[in-house]
Amino acid sequence: MDNLQMWTYAVVGATFALYIGIAIWAKATTTGEFYVAGKGVHPVANGMATAADWMSAASFISMAGIIAFKGYDASVYLMGWTGGYVLLAMLLAPYLRKFGKFTVPEFIGERYYSQTARIVAVICLIVASITYVIGQMKGVGVAFARFLEVEASTGVMVGMVIVFIYAVLGGMKGITYTQIAQYCVLIFAYTVPAVFISFQLTGNPVPQLGLGGTINDGSGMTMLAKLDQVLVDLGFAQYTAQKGTSLNMILLTLSLMIGTAGLPHVIIRFFTVPKVKDARASAGWALVFIAILYTTAPAVGAMAIYNLVKTIQPGQVGQPTANLKIDERPSWFQNWEKTGLLKFEDKNKDGRIQYYNDKNKAFADKADSYGWKGNEMTKVDRDIMVLANPEIAKLPNWVIALVAAGGLAAALSTAAGLLLAISSAISHDLLKGIFRPDISEKDELMAGRLAMVAAIIVAGILGMNPPGFAAQVVALAFGLAASSLFPALMMGIFNKRINNSAAVYGMLAGLLTTLIYIFVYKGWFFIPGSNNLPDNAANWWLGIQPESFGAVGAMINFAVAMVVSRITPPPPDHIQHLVEDIRVPRGAAGATGH
Amino acid sequence: MQPTGSAAEYWKANLRLLAICLTIWFVVSYVFGIMLVDVLNKIHLGGYPLGFWFAQQGSIYTFVILIFVYAKQMDKLDRQHDVHED
Repeated sequence: MDNLQMWTYAVVGATFALYIGIAIWAKATTTGEFYVAGKGVHPVANGMATAADWMSAASFISMAGIIAFKGYDASVYLMGWTGGYVLLAMLLAPYLRKFGKFTVPEFIGERYYSQTARIVAVICLIVASITYVIGQMKGVGVAFARFLEVEASTGVMVGMVIVFIYAVLGGMKGITYTQIAQYCVLIFAYTVPAVFISFQLTGNPVPQLGLGGTINDGSGMTMLAKLDQVLVDLGFAQYTAQKGTSLNMILLTLSLMIGTAGLPHVIIRFFTVPKVKDARASAGWALVFIAILYTTAPAVGAMAIYNLVKTIQPGQVGQPTANLKIDERPSWFQNWEKTGLLKFEDKNKDGRIQYYNDKNKAFADKADSYGWKGNEMTKVDRDIMVLANPEIAKLPNWVIALVAAGGLAAALSTAAGLLLAISSAISHDLLKGIFRPDISEKDELMAGRLAMVAAIIVAGILGMNPPGFAAQVVALAFGLAASSLFPALMMGIFNKRINNSAAVYGMLAGLLTTLIYIFVYKGWFFIPGSNNLPDNAANWWLGIQPESFGAVGAMINFAVAMVVSRITPPPPDHIQHLVEDIRVPRGAAGATGH
Repeated sequence: MQPTGSAAEYWKANLRLLAICLTIWFVVSYVFGIMLVDVLNKIHLGGYPLGFWFAQQGSIYTFVILIFVYAKQMDKLDRQHDVHED
C-alpha cells in the first residue's frame, strides 16, 4: 500500500467512525425525533446541517469541474443553487414552521383539504427525491471505487451499508448531528487545497481574492485576464465570455432556484427550529455555510483549468518543444488514465501532447501549420477536476486524502437527508395519513425505517446502472420540484383563493409538461434512443433546453391553478382562517401530527 | 379568526418588504449577472470584470446579507404589530 492510499484509509476511516459514533449516540426514540429532531436544534447548528444536507456530490465534485470548462456560463449553478435560499427564507420557511407539521405533503393535504392533493404531493416528492438519490449513490460508488480501489458496484454497496446504518438507526436527530460533523469535514476538505493553490498562483491565500488578483508568473496580468489569454491562444473561447443564450441562462437559474426552494429534504429542515423567527435566520445561516463553498468554487474551477492547460502546454503555443512530453507526464495523469476518465492519443506522433480546440476552424488551420493533427486530449471528464486538482498542484498526500473524505461526506449526507424525506412521505403521509390512520407510533417508526431500507435498495440498484448522466438526472429532480411542489406551497400561503382542485390541476400540469418536455429530448424514462426529437438548440421549443424547462413548468402550474380557482368555488372558511393563521408568527407550537 | 386591522396591516407591511428584497434579489443575479453582464464587464473590481463578479461572487454575498436583513426587519415588524412569539 503506498503513502497516498494509507492516508486515504486513515482519513476516510476516521471520519466514518465519527459519523457512525454520532448516529448511535443520538439514536432517535420518538416519531417526532425521528422526523424533526425534537425541534431543539439551534439556528446556527441547523444551518450547518442544512448546508451539509444541501451540498451533494454535485456541489462538491461536479460543480467546480463544470465551472472549469464552461467559465462564465457556469454562473447559473452558482446563482441558482444559492438564490433559492432567498425564496425559501422569504416565501416558505417561516410559514411552514408556523404550520407546525412534519412533512411537505402534510401541509399540502391540509391546506388544500384534500387527500388527492396529499397523494399527488407524495408522488412529486418521491419521484424528485429518488432521482436525486440515484445520483448521490452513484457519486458514493465512484468515490469509494477510486479510493478503496474496488469495483464501482462494490463501492455503491459499501455506501448503501453506511447510509443504512446512520439514516435508519438515527433518524433526523442522528442525521442532524452527523451532518454538522460532515459539514466540517467537507468544507475543510474543499477550502484547504483551494487556499494552497490560490497562494501558489497569486500569492493570495484567500481563493475569493486570488481569483480577482494578479498572477505571479511575472506577466503582471490579472488571474482572469491571463486565463482568458491562455485559452484563446489554444482556440478556446474566453473564460469570462458568455457562450450560451441569455434566455437559457435565465431560465436555468430560475429552475435551480425554484427547485432548491421546492426540494422536500431541504424544506423539512425548517421544521426543526424552535421558533418561526429561527426559521428565517436558519435559512440565512444555511446560506452562509453554503456560500463558503460556493464562493470558493469559482477559484477552484478557474485555477484547475489554468493548471491543467499549463501542464500540457508549458511553453509558447506553436513551438515544437513547448508541449508536455508523453514520457514525462506526471503521476496523477497516469493514475487518472487508469480510471478511463482521462485519455490522450498521440495523433501527430511527435511524442508530445497537444490540447486545443480543433472545432475552431480558424485555429485548427493554424494548428495544422504547427504540425498538430487534432486535439490529443481525447477525454477529460469534468468530474475528475476537483479530485485531481490537489494532485495537479502537487499538494501533499494528506490533502488529497482529505478531498476524498469530503466528497464522500457530501454525497452521504445528502443521500441520508433525501431518504428521510422519502421514508416520512411513505410512513407518515401515505400510511398514517391516508391508509391506516390508527397505526401506533411504534409501527409508524418501523414503517418509516422499512421504507428507508426499500428506498436505499432501489436507489442503490439504480445507482449501479444510472438511467442517464448524473447531470440529466439532477436536472430532472430540480425541474420536478420546481414545477410541482414549489408553486403549490407558495400559493397555499400567499393566495387564499386557491382551492383543492386548483392545486391538484396545477401540480399535475406543471409536473407532466416538465416530464414530457424532458422525455421528448432525453428519451422516455431516459432509455437511450427513445427520444422523439434530437436534443439540440435547433429542435428545442423557443430554444429552451430541457434542463431549463422546470421554470416554464412552474409558470404553467401557477397559470393553471389561477384559472381553475376562478371557475371553481373558493376554499371553505376554516381554510381561509388557516391561511391567515400561518401568516402570523404568534402561537407557533411544537410539531403536531398525533 | 377574521383578519383584524393590525393583522392585515402586518401582512401588507410584510409584502412590501418582500417586494423590496425580491427586487434586489432579481437585480443582482438576473440583471447584473446575466442581462447587463457585457456592459458591467467594462468596469473592473480589482482583477474581476464587474458583471462576471456579480455572477460568480457578488450575487451570493448579496443573497446572504438580504436574508439576514429580511429576518431582522421581520422581527421588528412582528413586534410592531404585536404578533411576535413568546
